[in-house]
Amino acid sequence: MNLAFDLNTIWFFLVGVLFAGYAMLDGFDLGVGALHLFTRGDENRRILLNAIAPIWDGNEVWLVTGGGALFAAFPEVYATAFSGFYVAFMLLLFGLIFRAVAIEFRSKQPMIWWRKFWDISFSVSSILSSLLIGVALGNMAWGVPLDAQGQFQGSFWSLLHPYTLMVGICTVALFAMHGSIYLLLKTEGALQQQIREWTRSTIIVFVLCYISTTMFTLLYVPHMTDTIRATPLLFGVALVNMLWIANIPREIFHGREMRAFLSSCAAVLTLLLLFGIGTYPNLIYSASAPANSLTIYNAASSAKTLRIMLIIAACGVPMVLAYTGSIYWIFRGKVKLDSHSY
Amino acid sequence: MDVFLLSRIQFAFTIAFHYLFPPLSIGLGVLLVLMEARYLRSKDPLYLQMTRFWARIFGLIFALGVATGIVMEFQFGTNWSVYSRFVGDVFGSALAAEGIFAFFLESGFLAILLFGWERVKPRTHFFATCMVALGAHFSAVWIIVANSWQQTPAGHHVVGFGNTLRAEIVDFWQLVFNPSTLHRLSHSLAGAWQAGAFLVLSVSAFYLLRRRHVALSQAAFRIALPMAVIASLLQLVTGHQSALGVAVHQPAKLAAFEGHYAAEGPADMYLFGWVNEKEERVTFGLRIPAMLSWMVHGDTQAPVTGLRAFAPEARPPVQVVFQTYHLMVVLGMGLILLSLAALLLLLRSRLFAQRWLLWIFVFAVLGPQAANQLGWASAEIGRQPWIVQNLLKTRDAFSPNVSGGEILFSLALFFIVYTLLLLLFIYLLNDKIQHGPDDHTSMEGHRA
Repeated sequence: MNLAFDLNTIWFFLVGVLFAGYAMLDGFDLGVGALHLFTRGDENRRILLNAIAPIWDGNEVWLVTGGGALFAAFPEVYATAFSGFYVAFMLLLFGLIFRAVAIEFRSKQPMIWWRKFWDISFSVSSILSSLLIGVALGNMAWGVPLDAQGQFQGSFWSLLHPYTLMVGICTVALFAMHGSIYLLLKTEGALQQQIREWTRSTIIVFVLCYISTTMFTLLYVPHMTDTIRATPLLFGVALVNMLWIANIPREIFHGREMRAFLSSCAAVLTLLLLFGIGTYPNLIYSASAPANSLTIYNAASSAKTLRIMLIIAACGVPMVLAYTGSIYWIFRGKVKLDSHSY
Repeated sequence: MDVFLLSRIQFAFTIAFHYLFPPLSIGLGVLLVLMEARYLRSKDPLYLQMTRFWARIFGLIFALGVATGIVMEFQFGTNWSVYSRFVGDVFGSALAAEGIFAFFLESGFLAILLFGWERVKPRTHFFATCMVALGAHFSAVWIIVANSWQQTPAGHHVVGFGNTLRAEIVDFWQLVFNPSTLHRLSHSLAGAWQAGAFLVLSVSAFYLLRRRHVALSQAAFRIALPMAVIASLLQLVTGHQSALGVAVHQPAKLAAFEGHYAAEGPADMYLFGWVNEKEERVTFGLRIPAMLSWMVHGDTQAPVTGLRAFAPEARPPVQVVFQTYHLMVVLGMGLILLSLAALLLLLRSRLFAQRWLLWIFVFAVLGPQAANQLGWASAEIGRQPWIVQNLLKTRDAFSPNVSGGEILFSLALFFIVYTLLLLLFIYLLNDKIQHGPDDHTSMEGHRA
């Protein structure tokens, strides 16, 4: 399948940008959550929590806006995916609810049982959310049974099979690595030393997951490579992705944490770009009958809506980027606990 | 169990619970702007202390709003897939605009509002507070645009056939400014301002009664009370405007509001009563003859469309719409009286000696909350059997491929989790109120 640069493709790209932005930004705070229970001591846990406190909420908005954009641009996909993967999405929603309140509630009471309960909630819900996001991506790649109306024909359990679980675990590993690198920027002293060790382990785990998922995809999910085979130039994206990943341990080795983090961000983005190229022009691939797949054409809103939303995006996105950037700048540097901290 | 019924119960439960929080953050957002502006102008640390105290409570409320709001964003897809396919082209763009223009603004600047006190200059902080309040208002704008389109669809055409019908945009601005958008937006926003103002009044009244933080609480009263008065009076105007719009565009809903069946004029209005749906009349009520005709048409003899003009299956459930609507109106009137009385006493410098009135204010925080819930209930139930007025029936709009067992599972979880959240919210809110505002003058100062 060749790429065509029409309105539908632009929206495929833009919805992808929102979800990639989500993965890059919320990815690291989900990863911080995954690592939370490995930290000992209340103060250290508070430092981890406050490393993401000012920004996790804004990061999650990328998911909310991505969901809204999906609803607006590809309503058929929104309707099919969310009703079809009902139980999975409900679990994700409960994960996100618990995560949000755990961050807010944890440090509001001094009782040990209280803090322990919210620590576990925060960590488990972060891991569960990452896993489910990965499983959802895995299913989009692998394909799900769709009928001629584009309705999902499987069950919750049919969504969980070796490939989708593997993508899920790979996502948890990716976010954990991303989160630990972010924490290198926000911590100092003994805690940072400890996190440095986590970074090493999470990089190794992620790379192993990455290699096995890639091999699995190449062997068993051949339609994910159709577009790249048709347009060999796009193989460059895969190369660039590998280079960014390889660059992470290199920067860590040289002690350049900011560059390591930016490499990790770039790795997340290029991974999602690869994923997007792989699924294009399908949004939900029908494994049982490829003709029933929901594509960027048969699942889209009218051209008029897509054009209107392009104007909305053109007005809104530069503003969002400007103040998101300023806020990251204002909260740069190491975490210092004060009277406003969680 | 019935998938349709379960989907409705789940939506009603989750939206009602969610709607406890956004009105508070909208109203409290405005008050934070007023408090901080006061601080910047007077440089009186009292107002800084006040702003910081309420900013912390804002943070707690906001977190609950975000946690329960994300459910709403996806529930259209999970439980109302036919509806999502039908409205995606028009509804989705409003939802996406909400994300781009409102949520990013709100959550981004919230970081500075909550955590930025020592990191930015006071003026920058104030700017962030303004942006948070603005973002909260924007979020109301877009979701109410979408909801109003469901009430009074405009700027669209319907394409397709059978079960692939969908509405597509023809004119974006007609869609945004559909006939009910402005009435409903102003009515909801005023309700949100009331919710925020009465929360501040309630907590301040509590402190005054306990003789704690007296200067701060009196100052907070002076800021919040005028807002409560203005918002409560605005409800009268915007409520009336809304009702006039409903009379034109959704006559069945207005008839259900008023329990009005007859086709021929003049139409009476009931201050309260019990609808006998079988005999199609209101019983045990207090009736003002010809009042409804006069309110709707300015003419005591003009007929008002009654429920008999609609087949029984095209009518909303009358009793519940009638009762929720009337209770809302009663609460609205009560809040006007209460806030006006308090304002008069404040102007005569006698308010803070009236302990009985302060006790009423402690509990009056429930008034706007209840009125907001009841108002939405009557607006949404009054639209039945339509999910999109005259275009799509609620009964045809749910996700057919989700099983009753799955919804029962999620509904039970929502019920357990939300009950837990509400208890924790009240516990933490109470804890913060008992703890009271921190005295920041003894701590590290605000960076000049």
